[in-house]
Amino acid sequence: MRNKGLAMPYVAWMAIFVVAPLILVLIYAFHNGSSFTLENFRAMGTYAAVFGRSFLLAAIATLICILIGYPVAWFLAREGPGLRRIATIVIMLPMWMNFLLQTYSWMSILENTGLLNTLFQKIGLIALVNGLFGTDFTYFPMINTRGAIVLGMVYNYLPFMILPIFTVIEKIDPRLIEAAQDLGASSAVVFRRLIFPLSVPGILSGVTMVFVPSVATFAISRLLGGGMVTLLGDLIETQFLGGSYNPYLGSAISLVMMAIVLISMAVMNRFGEGEEEAMLL
Amino acid sequence: MSKELIRLRDLCMAFDDELVLDHLNLYINDKEFLTLLGPSGCGKTTTLRIIGGFTTPTSGDVLFDGVRINDVPPYQRQINTVFQKYALFPNMNVFENVAFGLRMKRVPDPADPSGKRTVKLSETEIKRQVLEMLETVSLLGFEHRKPDALSGGQQQRVAIARALVNRPKVLLLDEPLGALDLKLRKDMQIELKKIQQQVGITFIYVTHDQEEALTMSDTIVVMDKGSIQQIGTPEDIYNEPKNAFVADFIGESNIIDGMMLEDNLVKLYGKTFPCVDGGFAPNEPVDVVVRPEDIDIVPVEQGQIVGTVTNVTFKGMQYDIIVDFRGFKWLIQTTDHSPVGAKIGVKIDPEGFHIMKKSAYSGKFGDYSSYSEEYDELSDAEALDEEEDSPEGGGHEE
Repeated sequence: MRNKGLAMPYVAWMAIFVVAPLILVLIYAFHNGSSFTLENFRAMGTYAAVFGRSFLLAAIATLICILIGYPVAWFLAREGPGLRRIATIVIMLPMWMNFLLQTYSWMSILENTGLLNTLFQKIGLIALVNGLFGTDFTYFPMINTRGAIVLGMVYNYLPFMILPIFTVIEKIDPRLIEAAQDLGASSAVVFRRLIFPLSVPGILSGVTMVFVPSVATFAISRLLGGGMVTLLGDLIETQFLGGSYNPYLGSAISLVMMAIVLISMAVMNRFGEGEEEAMLL
Repeated sequence: MSKELIRLRDLCMAFDDELVLDHLNLYINDKEFLTLLGPSGCGKTTTLRIIGGFTTPTSGDVLFDGVRINDVPPYQRQINTVFQKYALFPNMNVFENVAFGLRMKRVPDPADPSGKRTVKLSETEIKRQVLEMLETVSLLGFEHRKPDALSGGQQQRVAIARALVNRPKVLLLDEPLGALDLKLRKDMQIELKKIQQQVGITFIYVTHDQEEALTMSDTIVVMDKGSIQQIGTPEDIYNEPKNAFVADFIGESNIIDGMMLEDNLVKLYGKTFPCVDGGFAPNEPVDVVVRPEDIDIVPVEQGQIVGTVTNVTFKGMQYDIIVDFRGFKWLIQTTDHSPVGAKIGVKIDPEGFHIMKKSAYSGKFGDYSSYSEEYDELSDAEALDEEEDSPEGGGHEE
């Protein structure tokens, strides 16, 4: 009984700052300021491209995070404790820095007159490319591209992919691997039939932790996309704070976005369960 | 006669300058049930891992059928292992666990007359062999269960089936019954022995449980501190321990300082006793072992020695009685009750004495003056052993 009481502040907090806003969003989405309506959803067709783009970029960023994160997690899990500690700190370090700060830094690196372009100029890379392909670059256009946005997402969310995969791989009993080798499995088979299936739960939670914030991000696309590439997050933000003030439409978009995210997560976890009945995490 | 299958020659193993195996020499016969027995850190698991190919010895040779196999990887050896805590693949059902090794296997292609091309086993053949093996371990009908839906004993049997289905010449078992409760452990001991006789291959078994070793083995190898202390049949090891360590580790022993006056005559507590051992120098100092069950309690006037009862514990089948003989405490196991404080006489037949040469272990074992603490220590040692052998804490509990 007493334990329940201790949880009360948190319950209240959740009710006020999570549940209540969600209910508001739900109401607003079906309202236009004067009466209940479905027109917000009808208007959404206009933004189909934004939806498509957001989910595509988030999916690409998530995929890249898996491709980079899995080997890193593997390496970490197999290393000795000394190197592992250092590597973990290096991986975590960006997470301790403010997210906006990181993104601003990327701006100054990727800018037309930024760090990278200056470097490329100095070492003659730009001249070389111009000479080779007959182009006429004074700088490489890197900022304000979709690529820059994906880079920003990957940089920000990569640790969230590495850590859960690392946790799962680290927990795999080394005797399982020895047992598989004892039975004649090559390293490739050990990976394919044992380690990968056992790390699926880690990949799934990594995907959740990268994909969801990537879909909803708005600062990254604003700063690294230069407002040229509108994503869902930007769209929603402008409905609430921007010039096209329309919290009703903004709520509807938020609701649809949440629904799509929840459905895709449910489908993915379902798929994962089929593969991995009652596994870790 | 059975022939020699494995020979370990002058095996040394060092981890960070610490010598874990110290010039080990051992041969193992075909179709033998051999147990490596010893306390934690004695090197038994390391020896097993070297035979299995998971660890390369620092120096020395491992011979299999006369061929040196030091550098042969585990899967190319005709040896399979049943791991501690089974190491079943949690993502596969029982059938797939057992079929794992068969799926890795390549056999000569029957369609190729030259016999050089190899093919994988057919699905029907794999199924036939897996089901046959599951029948051997009485697990038919469990094919589709995942390991975590099985009891400890069933998991144990899957692990054995998974190893045996590859038809190895040798099966290595690393404390396979350690995680089971006492009753199940006793059943599995009998079952393991039965399976071994049924498939007719060599079993090399590692345990710290002396009772388990005595029950199942053809040959017991008692190890301590990286060295073999004694090799022999269970009867040899129990009846003729070579030194105080073995006498203490296998069963209960009272070990007393004595002196061998001449063949068949030993002196302890200033009295001479007839015994049946010989081959010592005249007046050679020796360790004398008297098993607690070989001591008869008699009236004081008939006693060879007289002592005072200091402790009595009821054990079900017998009483454990601690008797003080001039400051040295003996353990006596008897069905007769004697109250604490009583003066009793004891009588020991000549066959009840076992005489051992003095060794580095002399004086360290066989005194029951700290009787209750000794039992604590024993259970501590087992707990420690568990920890040491599974550094990761092993488990998917979460």
